[in-house]
Amino acid sequence: MEMAEGGSWFEPKILGFLCNWCSYAAADLAGMSRMEYPPNIRCIRVMCSGRVEPSFVLEALREGYDGVLIAGCHPPSDCHYQSGNLKARRRYYLLRKLLRELGINPDRVRLEWASASEGQRFAEIVRDFTEQLRRLGPNPIRAMRVGGGE
Amino acid sequence: MNLAIGLGATCSGCDVTIVDLAEDLPKILSSANIVFWPTAADLKLKDLEAMADGSIDLCLYHGSIVNEENAEIAKLLRRKSKLLVAFGSCACFGGIPGLGNLTNREQLLETVYGTPSTENPNGIKPQGEVIVDGYRMRVPRRLDLALPLSGVVEVDYLIPGCPPQTSQVRDSFEAILSGNLPPKGSIIGPGKNLCDECPRKREGKAIARIVRPHEIIPDPEKCLLDQGILCMGPATRAGCGAKCIKANMRCEGCMGPPDGIRDQGAKMLSTIASILGLEGEEKMAEEEVAKLMDGIADPVGLFYLFSLSSSILRRKWGEV
Repeated sequence: MEMAEGGSWFEPKILGFLCNWCSYAAADLAGMSRMEYPPNIRCIRVMCSGRVEPSFVLEALREGYDGVLIAGCHPPSDCHYQSGNLKARRRYYLLRKLLRELGINPDRVRLEWASASEGQRFAEIVRDFTEQLRRLGPNPIRAMRVGGGE
Repeated sequence: MNLAIGLGATCSGCDVTIVDLAEDLPKILSSANIVFWPTAADLKLKDLEAMADGSIDLCLYHGSIVNEENAEIAKLLRRKSKLLVAFGSCACFGGIPGLGNLTNREQLLETVYGTPSTENPNGIKPQGEVIVDGYRMRVPRRLDLALPLSGVVEVDYLIPGCPPQTSQVRDSFEAILSGNLPPKGSIIGPGKNLCDECPRKREGKAIARIVRPHEIIPDPEKCLLDQGILCMGPATRAGCGAKCIKANMRCEGCMGPPDGIRDQGAKMLSTIASILGLEGEEKMAEEEVAKLMDGIADPVGLFYLFSLSSSILRRKWGEV
């Protein structure tokens, strides 16, 4: 663990939206295979990465999550609903642009692809994202709340 | 009935809407006694302060809350009024002044008083309090965030629009005078989105390229989104009669989000991303998709023109 500014330990909190068909299965596989990854992520199963509305991500950030992971089936053609992952990808890049304009580091939101057999990859994504968020520090919205500014 | 019309940071277009009631105005005013309306009646703040709490039956408040004075008067009007209505998009959602949340108080003052277009050789900026010839004067301090009316007081009803339509105003007055009111907190207007009352034909095809309004003269019969123009209709409440659309202009979203939508901009972002048909997208690398979506300039100004200060993130956070 690293010491955050202000002298308190900082453990990032991540909210994950995992698609039912690929990435949730990948997370399941990681668990069943007893692979180790940081306990910083809380997962919500959705039917498709295309189901994740941009407002879900904004709401998670407002609630103080330091990072949001959206994970789905590999493009181009793994999506159970044919094009949900492609829609998710377009939304993701536009959302990143919006976040930058609103002064939030777009790297707090991450879109990844993990198939049902890629438990190892899922664990790796969570490890990497957790480390990246440790370096970024707390979500500025959370920091302001803790500081009593909001 | 005692009627008050209060105002904050406003262009006063909402006042014009009330005057635009034309022949209906005397009818309404015959049953209303105007007790406060800074734009049209010579009544002062001390007159308002002297009234008993709850003695105003209806107060329409337009404009957003951007400084201490706005907040103070809004709180005073709340205390004096039985019904407080957020009137117009600024009072309902923060409106255009809400875009000030993309900057902060210091930067705003610098832009207005410190840039070369202003003749201000001594660099004087508004102070909280100044003494001029022995008189103590108070200039209201700008708040760091622009807020909708609901950001400082409890609001009973919302009538959105920039400005609201006269028909909305007429219907609202009738509802209030007859006592036939919807549940508190309601937005007065239809719950569906603008596409529901839009006269244009939508083919629902994917759009290959986003077109900015100055680039083409749109076909007046076809859906603007089908033609590649970023019309806010899908994420905007109906009730305006599609006036801009009928003038061949895109909807800018002044009515705010329809029922069930928390964040107008996020909804529109989602819609646009869904209907964009990128050719050969299946084979595209992540960077290519990113670059294409980057072609949408200023998503905040485009998707949150009227609702930034009541959106989920509300403001710029200064991390990047």
